[in-house]
Amino acid sequence: MKPRVELLALFLGAALLMLTAGAGPCFAQIDINIHTVTGPMESHIGDVTGHSEVGRQYYRRFCIGCHGPDGDGEGENAKWFDTTMGFAKPRDFTTAVFECRSTPTGTLPTDQDLFNAMTRGFVTTNMPQWRPLIPQERADLVAFIKTFSRKWETQKPGTPITIPPETPINIESILRGRELFSSLQCWKCHGPEGKGNGPAAATLTDDKGNPIRPYNFSIGDRFKCGTSNEDLYRIFMTGLDGSPMPSFADLIQPNQAWDLVHFLRTLQPMATPEAAEWKTYASAHGKEIKPIGAEPPGGN
Amino acid sequence: MKLRFVFTLVGVTLLGSALLVVGAPPAAGTIEGKVTYTGTPPKMKVIDMSKEPGCQKEQSARTEPVRYQTVVTGAGNSLQWVVVYVSAGPPSPATPAKQVVYDQKGCEYIPHVAVMQVDQPLEIVNSDQWAHNIHPMPKVNPEWNKSQPPGTPPITTKWDKPEFIPVKCNIHPWMHGYFVVLNSSHYSVTGSDGSFSLKGLAPGKYTITAWQEDFGSQSQEVTVAGNETKTLSFVYKVLPY
Repeated sequence: MKPRVELLALFLGAALLMLTAGAGPCFAQIDINIHTVTGPMESHIGDVTGHSEVGRQYYRRFCIGCHGPDGDGEGENAKWFDTTMGFAKPRDFTTAVFECRSTPTGTLPTDQDLFNAMTRGFVTTNMPQWRPLIPQERADLVAFIKTFSRKWETQKPGTPITIPPETPINIESILRGRELFSSLQCWKCHGPEGKGNGPAAATLTDDKGNPIRPYNFSIGDRFKCGTSNEDLYRIFMTGLDGSPMPSFADLIQPNQAWDLVHFLRTLQPMATPEAAEWKTYASAHGKEIKPIGAEPPGGN
Repeated sequence: MKLRFVFTLVGVTLLGSALLVVGAPPAAGTIEGKVTYTGTPPKMKVIDMSKEPGCQKEQSARTEPVRYQTVVTGAGNSLQWVVVYVSAGPPSPATPAKQVVYDQKGCEYIPHVAVMQVDQPLEIVNSDQWAHNIHPMPKVNPEWNKSQPPGTPPITTKWDKPEFIPVKCNIHPWMHGYFVVLNSSHYSVTGSDGSFSLKGLAPGKYTITAWQEDFGSQSQEVTVAGNETKTLSFVYKVLPY
């Protein structure tokens, strides 16, 4: 009897120990207080309505490590993101300034914008694609991140910009786009060949003063906010708020914006219709093509 | 007879009007003075504009090298670019709000500090031959960022909450300026001699605040009666770092 009792005691003791020890790291995050500043918020994405109080538990499970208990991007993982190597710090939700929007610069994004950003992730950063979460869960998270800033209580999201149907892809459009790339001086940051090595590139900083790099078209990474021509259009017609990338919406007409999109595609290594058009043109008219960033009148 | 009557009538009218004018409370008080410092201020570095050769060429034609304007001092330990304004006091007749112009010229912001009232129109101009992006960085007002290539129209905007808003250009990282948005209609920015002047003040007790972008704010209370001029001085204790 005695050895069995001893064995039982040992077994129970070990189980109890494992339970309490195991409970420590597994449930440690429940002890962290998340500090929000608004009341309960909702999100509306298509047919789905998200609720912030449900989103709170997903935030604690999936997001708090980077975005932090205060939602300010100062989670315990954040200090390991090396901005000098091109890894952005986690988004600070307390400022309510977001890069990927369908709304004009200076306005809040729509719920759909936040949902899309969370779903896509940011390919050059540590923010993953959150497709493994079902849409309801992502919608609840969108509602929850709004509780980190009072701006969501006092301001309405901007009105999404109108993106007219894409104009035809032809060499004339590409050449007009090339002219715009030159005159709007995109190359100052993005470089004459879109390699992200323009004269201003090395000193670019984001809103927090961290180093940030302009997009390098020649590598062909996904854009910050999507992959399609429409996504690209939206990027420079709304600007990436919180970063050096400004909005060009007040400067060019929609058809000019499409011209610029078509030209930018030729800077990427992928086999796109635009790249094919450009290749044909360049092989026939190579000598006529002036390098971008030539001296404008009055000195460069 | 008729002439005498007319003269009398005109005379009485003029006298009556004069009395009416004297009877209204005058808003003719003035608060003026200087902003100075004690201690050693930080030295402002010369700006390297080689990344924008056109600006570098323009600046090299100037007699003085272009320096950062975070702390600008003058003769007699005076401080420039200090905004002195009424932060509390009796309502004074509001001055008409005309457009404030902010220029980008020679890769510098002119003026370095632009003061405006809430909702006052602000016009941002690019006088240079190369693109700038205008990137105000408020925390209370909405933050935006717009490109302004050469030859494009001015950007007209306004701010609807009082705030001290730093402004930068991402293309030219040495460019720093401020939009100071105030609720008050009485403010003055010190020039190279550190002097300020607030005119047209109704009688009463005022809190006058001075703000410098590096050294912060300080306030003093002063009472103004009738059309007197009160002198105030603000002194900042400064360190070289």
